[in-house]
Amino acid sequence: MTYLVGENLTGGYGSGPSILNGCNISVDKGEIAVIVGPNGAGKSTAMKSFLGLLNLKEGKVTLDGKDITHLAPQARIGEGIAFVPQTENVFVSMTVEENLEMGAFLRTDDYQDTMGQIYDLFPILKEKRYQLAGQLSGGQRQQVAVGRAMMTKPTVLLLDEPTAGVSPIVMDELFDRILEVKSTGMAVLMVEQNARQALEIADRGYVLVMGENKHTGSGQALLADPIVRKSFLGG
Amino acid sequence: MTDFLNALVVFANFVFIPALTYGCQLALGSLGVTMIYSVLRFSNFAQGETMAFGTVITIMMTWWLQSLGVSLGPLPTALLALPVGILVTSWLLLATDRYVYRYYRTQRSKSITFVMASLGVMFIMNGLVRLLLGPNDQNFADGERFFLTADAFRAWSGLDEALVIRTSQALTILLALILVGLLFWFLQRTKTGKAMRAYADNENLALLSGINPDRIVRITWIITAALATVAGVLYGLDKGYKPLAYYNLLLPIFAAVIVGGIGKPIGAVVGGFIIAFSEVIVTYAYKKVLTYLLPPDLAPDGLVQLLSTEYKFAVSFVILVIVLLVKPTGIFKGKVL
Repeated sequence: MTYLVGENLTGGYGSGPSILNGCNISVDKGEIAVIVGPNGAGKSTAMKSFLGLLNLKEGKVTLDGKDITHLAPQARIGEGIAFVPQTENVFVSMTVEENLEMGAFLRTDDYQDTMGQIYDLFPILKEKRYQLAGQLSGGQRQQVAVGRAMMTKPTVLLLDEPTAGVSPIVMDELFDRILEVKSTGMAVLMVEQNARQALEIADRGYVLVMGENKHTGSGQALLADPIVRKSFLGG
Repeated sequence: MTDFLNALVVFANFVFIPALTYGCQLALGSLGVTMIYSVLRFSNFAQGETMAFGTVITIMMTWWLQSLGVSLGPLPTALLALPVGILVTSWLLLATDRYVYRYYRTQRSKSITFVMASLGVMFIMNGLVRLLLGPNDQNFADGERFFLTADAFRAWSGLDEALVIRTSQALTILLALILVGLLFWFLQRTKTGKAMRAYADNENLALLSGINPDRIVRITWIITAALATVAGVLYGLDKGYKPLAYYNLLLPIFAAVIVGGIGKPIGAVVGGFIIAFSEVIVTYAYKKVLTYLLPPDLAPDGLVQLLSTEYKFAVSFVILVIVLLVKPTGIFKGKVL
């Protein structure tokens, strides 16, 4: 039984037209699933359907076998789903440490352990813990954003284009970190523009076109598929 | 030397202490505006009337306490009535939010819609205040009038001029210090305070972190009610209760908020003092100070007053316009309206 499953997802925002047309996406614990595809394919929309920001006309979302299709976004955070938006994903006027504390807002237990783990994972954050998040570089901000999401002690981490707007070197480092996050047993689902690099670390890859699954397979298999290479990876 | 000290005492007595007191009152009022702006994202024009309402409730409570023979000795009885004023004002603001602003929030209305709604709320509160206490001026200060009397100061210093500190002035400075300190501690150190800052910083991310927006909004109104009531009561104790005075405070308060940087609590405090000191410094007649400082033949004949006190609101306006032209974000880099 796969941990997080979206089955036959169909729907759009509010009462607008459907953006997803029967799309299937799933990810298991300790895995990275990557959604790639051309602009306007519904990649981010597919991810947001897991967060409950979408009006699903058909299909269902299950978490650990439990149907969460009709759960409000707030309640899903309590169920262990954490989301890192693409932009505006840190509290710029607060320090790195305060950002992490806000991630732990709902927790009543002692979160110092989790904070320690995050500082081990992202050593730069420990160094800059008393600096304002708004003063950090793009790559460092993304680490704060992922750290904040991880403070909720989630079982599923949703990342919306974590490497958007960062330099290639920083991108490689971020992917390394995401691999480390995965090794803690978390299910990671991300949308990426940098399709080739993302698929290299992906256990599952989904190529979406017009809100439908066009190609599905392991990251390596998709990278090796000549059709995928030709149409989506630029040869 | 004695002349210099005398000049200094005159300056402190007529400029520094009054401006400091007025600055404290403005700072408390401006903090409320800036809090509402950061959390609810609109300029609350009803702030002046909120101060008036809190003061009115406190005055009525004070009269009732006085009729029972309760007093605080040297301190004004209004201090005892203040918690009731804060409580009733909080209730009024929460009710306003429930029946006016919440609708626009769920509609995700534009900021200007909120501002217009707050203008309506202002007129209703304005009427409510007059219904409760009438249009006349009221004096509700009792207890010891002076904290430092002229005789006591002269006996201590041996100078001709005296520094007088009224109880209301001493109270204003003390209470403002405590309240501002408490507010900053709350915002910087407590979980709820940090959640408020987080919500003000990035609403969507705050929701993703599980912060409850309704609770943040409620707490913001209650803090605003407390600050506004204290500011209003202190202003009333200092200068007497005049219904129109609170409406007129709206301009210096907004000037203070914008000068300091909209949405920045520290900016509201600094801005309050800048406006207060500018107003008092520009409208004070320096004849006496200069007579002490200059040689007798250079002593001025006129009042040496830059601006008549009737024009004190022009000072706020001029500062407001200059700041908006030169540095619209204000001193502490706030938001731009």
